[in-house]
Amino acid sequence: MNLHEYQARDLLKVAGIPMFDGDVASTPTEAEAIARRLGGTVVVKAQVHVGGRGKAGGVKLARNPAEALECASQILGMSIKGLIVNKVLVVPAADIATESYVGLILDRASQKPVFMVSDAGGVDIEEVAAKTPEKITKLAIDPRDGLLPHQALKLALALYRDWDHVKAATRILTQLYQVFMANGCSLAEINPLVTTPDGKVLALDAKIIIDDNELDRRPDLAVLRDESAEEPSEVAARRANLTFIKLDGDVGCVVNGAGLAMATMDLVKYHGGEPANFLDIGGSSNPEKVVNALKIITSDPAVKVILFNIFGGITRTDDVANGIVAATKQFKVGVPIVIRLTGTNEVEAFRILESVGMSAMNDMDAAVAKAVALAKGAA
Amino acid sequence: MSIWIGKDTRLVVQGITGREGSFHARQMMEYGTNIVAGVTPGKGGQTFEGKVPVFHTVAQAVAETQANCSVIYVPPAMAAAAIKEAADAGIELVVCITEGVPVLDMTTVMPYIAQRNVRLIGPNCPGLITPGESKVGIIPGSICRPGPIGLVSRSGTLTYEVVHHLSGAGLGQSTCVGIGGDPIVGTNFIDVIAAFNADPKTEAIVMLGEIGGTAEQEAAEYIKAHVKKPVCGFVAGQTAPKGRRMGHAGAIISGSSGTAEEKFQAFEAANIGIMRRPADVVELLKARLK
Repeated sequence: MNLHEYQARDLLKVAGIPMFDGDVASTPTEAEAIARRLGGTVVVKAQVHVGGRGKAGGVKLARNPAEALECASQILGMSIKGLIVNKVLVVPAADIATESYVGLILDRASQKPVFMVSDAGGVDIEEVAAKTPEKITKLAIDPRDGLLPHQALKLALALYRDWDHVKAATRILTQLYQVFMANGCSLAEINPLVTTPDGKVLALDAKIIIDDNELDRRPDLAVLRDESAEEPSEVAARRANLTFIKLDGDVGCVVNGAGLAMATMDLVKYHGGEPANFLDIGGSSNPEKVVNALKIITSDPAVKVILFNIFGGITRTDDVANGIVAATKQFKVGVPIVIRLTGTNEVEAFRILESVGMSAMNDMDAAVAKAVALAKGAA
Repeated sequence: MSIWIGKDTRLVVQGITGREGSFHARQMMEYGTNIVAGVTPGKGGQTFEGKVPVFHTVAQAVAETQANCSVIYVPPAMAAAAIKEAADAGIELVVCITEGVPVLDMTTVMPYIAQRNVRLIGPNCPGLITPGESKVGIIPGSICRPGPIGLVSRSGTLTYEVVHHLSGAGLGQSTCVGIGGDPIVGTNFIDVIAAFNADPKTEAIVMLGEIGGTAEQEAAEYIKAHVKKPVCGFVAGQTAPKGRRMGHAGAIISGSSGTAEEKFQAFEAANIGIMRRPADVVELLKARLK
């Protein structure tokens, strides 16, 4: 789960990481009030889960409260890459001497949290990694020992020469590690970590991703999920316990299992079509899940055909067949449905479908080819 | 003709009285797996299905029944502790089926099991099966046939799809291993491929990968250097958009590494047969086994 910048700031602040004062606003008047309280020039920043906010016009400079009101009313409600901005962060536009990057990620290869720091901050760290990898210092941390003082010092020395800066950075790195571990993060980054002309070291922007698997045992973090910042169909799917990702094609896919779902999308492409979505109904499916899946897919007007690809293991194919029949009774599915079922209870599943005049196939390739042909015919 | 599990496997089921654990324990018993014990704290002394003794702890189960393999069906928040308990009890092979285990938990599990020389498969995996001998996990036994093909995969139902093609074409399996789709898993492709390479009864290897990470590329390097047996491979997620998590935590592409195309290129460089779709496995293997 991605946190908004203002939510990430809150977690860093609780841990004691120094940063400029600032606050989040949902209306232009709130933004104006924050700007008045802060005094001087402020930055008004859109809170959305996409990169490139600045280029899209979602970050603006305001020299006084009246301009902050004006900027906020332009940014609030605007759409950045399809996502509507509901909140803005208002922070002072302070003088900056240097910009660094400090990040902590959960690394697959070393199977540990890994620090990445660079004195080339303020830009996309992927870009730094690609062009000047020597400017990045990496350090894997053994979670049994935590971040040891000499490790924090090594990282801080990669960023700063001035001992006061080094000391301040050492403290911030230790606090960032605490935030990471205490909140079940898969990523926690400060970019940029800045120094000011008067010698302070401060976090200017923060990004935090929480491991979704942590949310069940951390209800305090789960409530931070901002559903208004997500694709509505994906929110509906999550509530129905389905994994759904909307794509741009016209072949709607309902599959059990993530690997098979991706392989199904690939096969749609292989046969010359374009998948409209990724949808995994999971392992032990019940008919209700299938009904919900069909509701979500049929709400996308681009979908011209719906393809079921179910390999019954734990999933019973007769449950899926019952779900398809129940859905078509509850609401009108206005597009053709191609069904591929194999595995557990398939004889019963075929009988259920045939009893209402529907048919199913056994072979994945044949079913995908048929679905693609139907989508093209309907184009 | 197998790796890691077979007729000598003596299985203890952690979470045997739970909904998932009891269902799959029955399925495994039906398949012929030798389940010698179950564990559920607080339910020691009970008997599962009239024949399997239930214990409070894995250590008790091992002491009483000489279990040598464990399979875990406990809720995600308890999974890391269950793995460590099995490791402490002297179990050599631990298979964790549980989905949704917090990744940070796994960062402490890995050094813990390494110190005790335990092999962990999973978490978030379908387990493994040696057709005709033993099944540990949830892979449907009915689709598998004994034979010479070793199969290793990061996903569940995609494995079944490919096994279905293999069995249908008369290509049985030595062992099928689902290593799981999480970012941190106990056993990776290379571990399984090395075991298949050393197994005299495995004649060819099928590897089913996914987008995300670099495990497939590393496996391809290993194969190029060490494996003479024919290998063919698939990567799911060729059409996946960047930066989105596709169900498995593992299936996410970020930055430049981890795309399907990159992995296929690594396969090609290692002379691994390229499966553009699951059905390709049959023709590729038949050509390479000649």
